[in-house]
Amino acid sequence: MSEKKTNRRDFLFTATYAVGAVGVGAAVWPMIDQMNPDASVKALASTEVDISTVDPGKTITVLWRGKPVFIRRRTLDEINEAKSVNLKDLKHPEKDEDRAKNPEWLVMLGVCTHLGCVPLDQKGDYNGWFCPCHGSHYDISGRIRKGPAPTNMEVPKYEFVDANTIKIG
Amino acid sequence: MSEHEYIPKSKVGKWFNDRLPLLTLANHLTDYPTPKNLNYWWTFGGILTFCLITQIVTGLVLAMHYIAHADMAFDSVEHIMRDVNYGWLIRYIHANGASMFFLAVYIHIFRSLFYGSYKSPREIIWIIGIIIYLLMMAAAFMGYVLPWGQMSFWGATVITNLFSAIPLVGEGIVTWLWGGYSVDNPTLTRFFTLHYLIPFLILGLVVLHIWALHVPGNNNPVGIDIKKPSKDTVPFHPYIVIKDGFALLMFMIVFAFFVFYTPNILGHADNYIEADPLVTPAHIVPEWYLLPFYAILRSVPDKLLGVVAMLSAILILAALPWLDTSKIRSAVFRPLYRQFYWILVADVLILGYVGAMPAEGLYLLVARVATAYYFLHFLVVLPILGFKEKTLPVPLSITEPVLGGSPNLAMAKNKESLTNK
Repeated sequence: MSEKKTNRRDFLFTATYAVGAVGVGAAVWPMIDQMNPDASVKALASTEVDISTVDPGKTITVLWRGKPVFIRRRTLDEINEAKSVNLKDLKHPEKDEDRAKNPEWLVMLGVCTHLGCVPLDQKGDYNGWFCPCHGSHYDISGRIRKGPAPTNMEVPKYEFVDANTIKIG
Repeated sequence: MSEHEYIPKSKVGKWFNDRLPLLTLANHLTDYPTPKNLNYWWTFGGILTFCLITQIVTGLVLAMHYIAHADMAFDSVEHIMRDVNYGWLIRYIHANGASMFFLAVYIHIFRSLFYGSYKSPREIIWIIGIIIYLLMMAAAFMGYVLPWGQMSFWGATVITNLFSAIPLVGEGIVTWLWGGYSVDNPTLTRFFTLHYLIPFLILGLVVLHIWALHVPGNNNPVGIDIKKPSKDTVPFHPYIVIKDGFALLMFMIVFAFFVFYTPNILGHADNYIEADPLVTPAHIVPEWYLLPFYAILRSVPDKLLGVVAMLSAILILAALPWLDTSKIRSAVFRPLYRQFYWILVADVLILGYVGAMPAEGLYLLVARVATAYYFLHFLVVLPILGFKEKTLPVPLSITEPVLGGSPNLAMAKNKESLTNK
């Protein structure tokens, strides 16, 4: 055997493998991407909710993108409690003002950030929400205070269309 | 493997076999020399094959009536239960069959752990087995989602959310798995497809599992290499076929007991409530066969590390042939390992128990200790034991201790007294 020298055939092999790999990749990608949310799922991206019937101290739950959204009309006491929390005590520090643009209305995904269960209203050690699955406690601003969940409950994009209507998404 | 050339007796058989040597294969399988001391713990391979076939056949006919759609799946399962001829029977066999499958596979796995069946030269058999076990868990999980009850929906939500623990790409992966922003119809249809596919993948791997087994041949309770064929072996047919058949009958009695007398005891009542994305059941638990791993997941307070611990608990088994440093296979000749083995069995049972309980207070503490011990067993005890343990003398053949006249006679007596206990 002579010493290894790159020749035209090696070049052809390498070029063939390279083009083949690109071709396989191009053929595989549609098979993978078809599993991502389709156009009809994405089309359901926003929901309008009438909040005129919600009394102070009550929460309504609406479905948005297949997920529950909590809309709570908070009482003055609750707002004061949420604002008085020292940020140093929080696992995921967020000011209440940043979570509720209008402090009377807390709008957030009712999905525990641990493994996705729906937390229960007015339960737990912090008078907010409690997740029955693995025991995460949230305060009245939906911030994680105790338990395995890593972050606060997510605040989706929303806006007040008028005084009585919230548009989520 | 016996190397003698097989020649079919009939002319047609010979003609066929020259073109496709199926008869040679059949002859290999019937004549396959098997250690003559195999006990009933060795019958679970056959039982597992029966379980797989049962799941495939019942699943096939269920798929003729089931409708994989979020609005119709729940009703179609009730339709199977109430309207379809023998639908109740077929569905109960399929649902309890999953539990029976896992019961058998756990016995099969713990048999290997006791008799060191995973050790050289059987590492590939063992690793294929672990892959089959992983696929079984995936198939069982997705199958449990199909009736679209409350436990289906929230089990699917919790398990798929495990992937969200992966840094950076986690959320993207979960959305991709769901085909949306929550578990919904696209999730159901793809789970149905995969649930249909996986058993056939398992079937293929079972063929490889048996093929790899037939290269070195069966391990045996004494755990020594034997000459094949020799006076230490018997042909697979009829000896093992009859023994496997009898054990299978016993197993089917247990199976039938569940199907006919307590068909729902291994399930959850919540799954007879249709899936509701707004309400999570108060107490979510997976099926019993996943409980030990669920306990490990919950015992770690950090989300990502919990998922890592749970996956490691399964994958660590694949490294077992190299973690166990002892050259002696069978626990019969390993007095210390035998004790650690039973501690591990107890540890896994305890994990299963606390996995079913709420993760708080004493249960959480026990789960943490048991989780730590589980890893300690594989990562510390087994590697050290191989060097430190004083093993008992191993016989040279299966026949030798029984027939006597060997230097190991004392050991044979010792073994007798062990088995008589």
